[in-house]
Amino acid sequence: MARCRAKLSIGRHFRREMRGLQVPRNVYIAVTGTDLLRLNDGSFVVLEDNLRVPSGVSYMLTSRRVMKRIFPQLYGAYGVRPIDHYTQLLLSTLRSLAPEGRPEPTIVLLTPGVYNSAYFEHTYLARQMGIELVEGRDLVTHDNFVYMRTTAGLKRIDVIYRRVDDDFIDPLAFRSDSILGAAGLFNAYRAGNVTLANAFGTGLADDKALYAYVPAIIRYYLGEEPILNNVETFLLTDPVQRQHVLANLDKLVVKAVGESGGYGMLIGPHSSAEQREDFRRKIEENPRNYIAQPTLDFSRAPCLMGGPASASIEPRHVDLRPYILFGDKVQIVPGGLTRVALRKGSLVVNSSQGGGSKDTWVLND
Amino acid sequence: MLSRVADSLYWMSRYLERAEHTVRLLDVNMSLMLDRSGTTVEKRWNRVLAALGHTPESAWTGDHYQLVQTLTFDADNEASIRASIVMARDNARQVRDELSTEQWQQLNRLYHQVTEPAGYDGEVHLEEFLPAVIDGLHLFQGITDTTMSHGEGWQFIQTGRSLERAFATVKLLDIYSSDLLESNEDENDGYNYLEWIGLLRCCTAFEAYCRVYTADLSHDRILEFLLLNPEFPHSVRYSIDALSGALKAMQQANGRQQADGLTRLAGRLQATLNFVEIGEILEQDPARYLHDVLHQCQQIHGQIYRYYIQYSVQTALAT
Repeated sequence: MARCRAKLSIGRHFRREMRGLQVPRNVYIAVTGTDLLRLNDGSFVVLEDNLRVPSGVSYMLTSRRVMKRIFPQLYGAYGVRPIDHYTQLLLSTLRSLAPEGRPEPTIVLLTPGVYNSAYFEHTYLARQMGIELVEGRDLVTHDNFVYMRTTAGLKRIDVIYRRVDDDFIDPLAFRSDSILGAAGLFNAYRAGNVTLANAFGTGLADDKALYAYVPAIIRYYLGEEPILNNVETFLLTDPVQRQHVLANLDKLVVKAVGESGGYGMLIGPHSSAEQREDFRRKIEENPRNYIAQPTLDFSRAPCLMGGPASASIEPRHVDLRPYILFGDKVQIVPGGLTRVALRKGSLVVNSSQGGGSKDTWVLND
Repeated sequence: MLSRVADSLYWMSRYLERAEHTVRLLDVNMSLMLDRSGTTVEKRWNRVLAALGHTPESAWTGDHYQLVQTLTFDADNEASIRASIVMARDNARQVRDELSTEQWQQLNRLYHQVTEPAGYDGEVHLEEFLPAVIDGLHLFQGITDTTMSHGEGWQFIQTGRSLERAFATVKLLDIYSSDLLESNEDENDGYNYLEWIGLLRCCTAFEAYCRVYTADLSHDRILEFLLLNPEFPHSVRYSIDALSGALKAMQQANGRQQADGLTRLAGRLQATLNFVEIGEILEQDPARYLHDVLHQCQQIHGQIYRYYIQYSVQTALAT
C-alpha cells in the first residue's frame, strides 16, 4: 500500500486540506456513475469509477421520456421497470446527509452557470427535485455558515449538491482566480455546518493511475474479492510494464491519468505513426502521467443512423453508466445511461467527443 | 426567491418594455415623415434620439433611414431594439427554469425575428417589420399573464415593466413639451397638430384621448391625459399605480421583509400623481414636475435593489 500512497499524494486531485477531516455521516461519495463495458464473453468490467461529479443522469431520464412517447406500445409490452423516481431518491439521499440538528434542511444545486455544457442537466434536476439552482454569486458565508441571497433576506443552506469542480468551488481554499465558487465555503464545510455532495478530493479516485489499484484496495480494506473486475491496466512508472507498452503502442490504448471526457487518449489500432511517436515521447518524459490498457472489443448495439433519406441500422459501440446513490443506504434505479460511439468503428463514447445516448431497459422477469 | 433570479426577471421585463417603446417611437415618426410638416427632419429625429436617451449631436448623421436602421438592428448600439431584445433574452436564459415553456419559446421567436429580420425576398421591410415586433412583444405579455404563476417572480416582471413605462412616458412628455411649446405659439397650426398626434400615438394614446377629450388637441389636456389619467395603461399615473400594487404584493409574498422605505417612496409618488391637479402643475413649472417624477422613479429603482437584490449582508444578518 505504500506505493499506492505515493501515487495518491502526487495525484492532481489530491486535497491536502481534507487530511484528518471527518466528513458528515462519513459519506464521501453520494453519487457515483460507474462506467461498465461488456466484453466478448458476456462479462462486465469497470472502465471508470467517476466519483467526482458524474453527469448525464438527465439524459437517462429524458431518453426514457422520449422513448415512451414514441413507442408507447412497444415499451408497454416489455414490462420495463421504472426509473422516474431517481430525482426523488437523489433528494432523499441529499436530505439524509444534512448536518445534525437540521430536520428540515435547505438543499441547493450549485451550478457553474449557463455557459457550462451540463447546464441543461442542472436546471432539469433542480426543477425535478424542487430545489433552488444557485450559482457561486448567490452564496454568502458568514461565521462558517453558508447562506443564499433571496428576496426575503439570507437563507441558511445545509446541503449543497455541487456540480462545480473542487478547483473552482472556493477561491480562498483552492484556485484564487475562480469566480464560480463562494469564498469561505470550505471553512464552513470543515466546521460541519454544510454538507457537500460529493465531498472534496473525491476526484482523486478518478485518477486513472489509482484505478489500477482498486482491486488491491478492495482486497486490502474489505477483505473481499471484487465482484466486477477492472480492465487490465499497465502502469508506466514500472520499467518492465513501460517497456512492454512502448513496444506495443499500436495495440494498446494510452490515457492521460488526470483527464476525462475522452481527451488526452491514444487508441493504438486507430492511430498514425506520428501520433504514436508523440505519445512515446510524452510517456518517456512523464511516465506517471499515463496508463495503458489493452484495446477492448466491447459490446455493440444496433443504432438507427443517417437522415430520413438514407436511414440504416448499423452496429455502434456502447457502454453503460448506472447511477448509484449513497446516503443512509445504497440505492440504485433499474436503468442507466447507455453511451454510444456514433462514429463508425469508434471506441470513444464520451458525449464531449460526439457520442450519443440510448434509453436502457431493465425488464421485470 | 433568489435575489439574482428576481434581478433577471426585473431586467428582462424592463428591456422588453424598452424595446416596445423604441419600436413605437420609430414606427410613428417614420410614418409622420410621409407628410410634409413644419418640423424639420433634423429636429424630429433629434427629438427621438433625446427621448431614447441619446445626446442628440452624437448620433444624427443627416440620414433618417440610416438612423432608424441603426436604432433597430445595430447590435453595438445599446439603445437599439435588437440589443434590448437580446438583453431581455440573456436575462431570461439565466432563469430559464422560472419561466414557462411558452414564454421561453415566444421570447426565442422574438429573438430570431430581430436577429434574422430579412423576409422571404431577402429584404427587410421596416414598415412591416416594426409592427410585427410589437405584436410579438404583446404576445409575450399575454403569454406571461396566462401561463406564469402570479407569484413573486411575476410581480417583479410587473414592477420592471411599470417602472420602465413610467420613465419612458415622462421622458417623452418632457421633450415634446419643451420642444413644441417654445417653437410655436399658434396652437391650431396644422403642422403642430400633427406633432401632438405623434406624441399621443407614441403612447398608443390617440384613440383613448379622443374618447375623453374629443379630437381637440391642446398641450394642457395631452399633458393631463398622459400624466394623470387613472385608466389609460400608458399614463404615468396608471404605471405608478401598477408599480405600487406590484410592490405591495411582492412584500406580502415574501413576508419577512419590512421594505418600509420602498413602500413610502412608491406611496408618495403615487399620492402626488393621484391628488395633483393639472392646473397646479402648469402654474408652477411643468418641466420641474416631470424631472421630479423621474428622480423619484430612479429612487424607487434604487430602493428595490437595496431591499431585495443588493442588500448589505451585515444588515441581513442582524435581522
